Amino acid sequence: MNWKTFYAMLARDGHVARRNLFPMLLQNLLQPLLFVFIFGRVMTTSGIMRPEYKTLLLPGIMAISMVLSGIQAVAMPLITEFQFTREIEDRLLAPMEIGWLAVEKIVAGMIQALVAGLVVIPAGLLLMGSGVNLSFHQPFAFVAVCLLVAFFSAAGGLTLGCSVGQTQIGLMFSLVLAPMIMFGCAYYPWSVLKAFPVLQIAVLVNPLVYASEGLRGALAPQAPHMHMAVVLGALLLIDVALLAAGLNRFHRKAVS
Amino acid sequence: MGIGIRIEELRKVYDTPPPMAARGAGFSWGGARSGRKEKKKYEVQALDGISLEIHPGEVFGLLGPNGAGKTTTIAVLTTRVEPTSGRVFIGEHDVWKEQVKAKRLIGVVPQRPNLDFALTAREILLFHGAYFGQSARERERRTGELLEKFKLTDRADHMVRTFSGGMMQRLSIARAMMHDPEVLFLDEPSAGLDPQTRLLLWEIIRDYNRLGKTIVITTHYMEEADTLCDRLAIIDHGRIIAQGTPQDLKRSIPGGYLLRLRFDRVPDQLMAELQKLPGVTEVRSADRIAADVYADRGGPLIPAIVNAAQAAGADLHDVHIEEPSLETLFLHHTGRSLRD
Repeated sequence: MNWKTFYAMLARDGHVARRNLFPMLLQNLLQPLLFVFIFGRVMTTSGIMRPEYKTLLLPGIMAISMVLSGIQAVAMPLITEFQFTREIEDRLLAPMEIGWLAVEKIVAGMIQALVAGLVVIPAGLLLMGSGVNLSFHQPFAFVAVCLLVAFFSAAGGLTLGCSVGQTQIGLMFSLVLAPMIMFGCAYYPWSVLKAFPVLQIAVLVNPLVYASEGLRGALAPQAPHMHMAVVLGALLLIDVALLAAGLNRFHRKAVS
Repeated sequence: MGIGIRIEELRKVYDTPPPMAARGAGFSWGGARSGRKEKKKYEVQALDGISLEIHPGEVFGLLGPNGAGKTTTIAVLTTRVEPTSGRVFIGEHDVWKEQVKAKRLIGVVPQRPNLDFALTAREILLFHGAYFGQSARERERRTGELLEKFKLTDRADHMVRTFSGGMMQRLSIARAMMHDPEVLFLDEPSAGLDPQTRLLLWEIIRDYNRLGKTIVITTHYMEEADTLCDRLAIIDHGRIIAQGTPQDLKRSIPGGYLLRLRFDRVPDQLMAELQKLPGVTEVRSADRIAADVYADRGGPLIPAIVNAAQAAGADLHDVHIEEPSLETLFLHHTGRSLRD
């Protein structure tokens, strides 16, 4: 393993991310924050939603923000770089096993996902006003969930980025990301789905469910949420599966 | 010293589109059924048992028409395409067993520029140096030198997506030289370059070769192969059909010389005499004052031609001898023109 090369590639991704910082933040954060404002401030203040909804919503928004950022941070550049211009070739030819390039992409995506997730907490508190009761009494669970979520978002981005062509980006959003967000238990806890038993089981394939429930369990334990052990176990499984799938797809895309 | 290359019985059958074909359209997960169907469609034998020895420090050319397997050969040597069978060595390193060691030794200039569009020209070189573990000072120094050498200094801090094709090509070559590789691969380096830039490119390649570096170049320009390469392999349909120095290869074809003669007139008697000269395979007369003589020798025929002309009462005005060219060679070996 060649750490100098690995670090140089990470520095390259960091450099490019910094150059596109503003549009990237806008792309990843505007929608969740608007959602925070409308549902967490407008709807609660006007009485359409109960005030407790604020606390329920914020961890979910954080989960969406992390997952979307992680996926996009890895998938979008990869889709471009694997196009017919093959921009990624200079890194494939660098003196490092090409699997590590995929790992580097995951690490870079994780950093962006973590930043996008952590920004949501102060921004949410600011936008929602008073009445948000977040607890930070489970730092280990919180950190573990954050890392596992960041990892699966980035690894998922790797898998998607190596499977989708440039012309299918729109399709990826409407076919993969939109249902994932809506059925991701971000705007409501998983337990409310008991009125829809089939749906309640079906959404369990959605990784975002564990992200939302895990962050809810860590930050708002008073709200209904899945058991932390279940969440961590499921996230771990998803991480391993998406890493394997991502590496496999990356390898097939990189070497003919 | 230098690094040589050995290719043993290399075969490649593509079951997906080859590397230069534009890919990336469509969800490629596909169903298993549709996948299998497509695989059947894409059975392309790109390389059919290629064996080669490229000596350290030589300029070696792979010559052949489009689709002959030149790019695939380079791609296997540079870890970009996995061979179906056979082995390739850069120096002592089996490219597919010791990829990282092989990658340290090589620099690659692709057929189409694959520059990192998210960066400026300077950053492309700096980061490339960093990927190869160069210190910050070394990176800066080499970047400055190469930008200067390739006349890119004034555009160094512009994003490369704004560059013209020629500038991208120059930057690609600069990038390939950034880590001072022992072996430089250039895939069709002068395609699409204007004549002036092409001469500059040839000069740069020769300079780099003088440092003892091995150069592998693919081309379908005869002139390029002829002037630049120490040795050549002619590839067609994934097989090597001939190899050797350009001179040896040209000598190997019978009747490779063309003597274009002009007289004041060409009587039938002269045509008959020319036909009888030793080594002449064919004589054609376009009009009544010129004759094209195809023969296995050039200069040595001149005295006999002069004598024949005098005997027939004709005056020889002009002689032009065309040496055997790689074009004729390719035609001879494949029955097809290189440009077909």
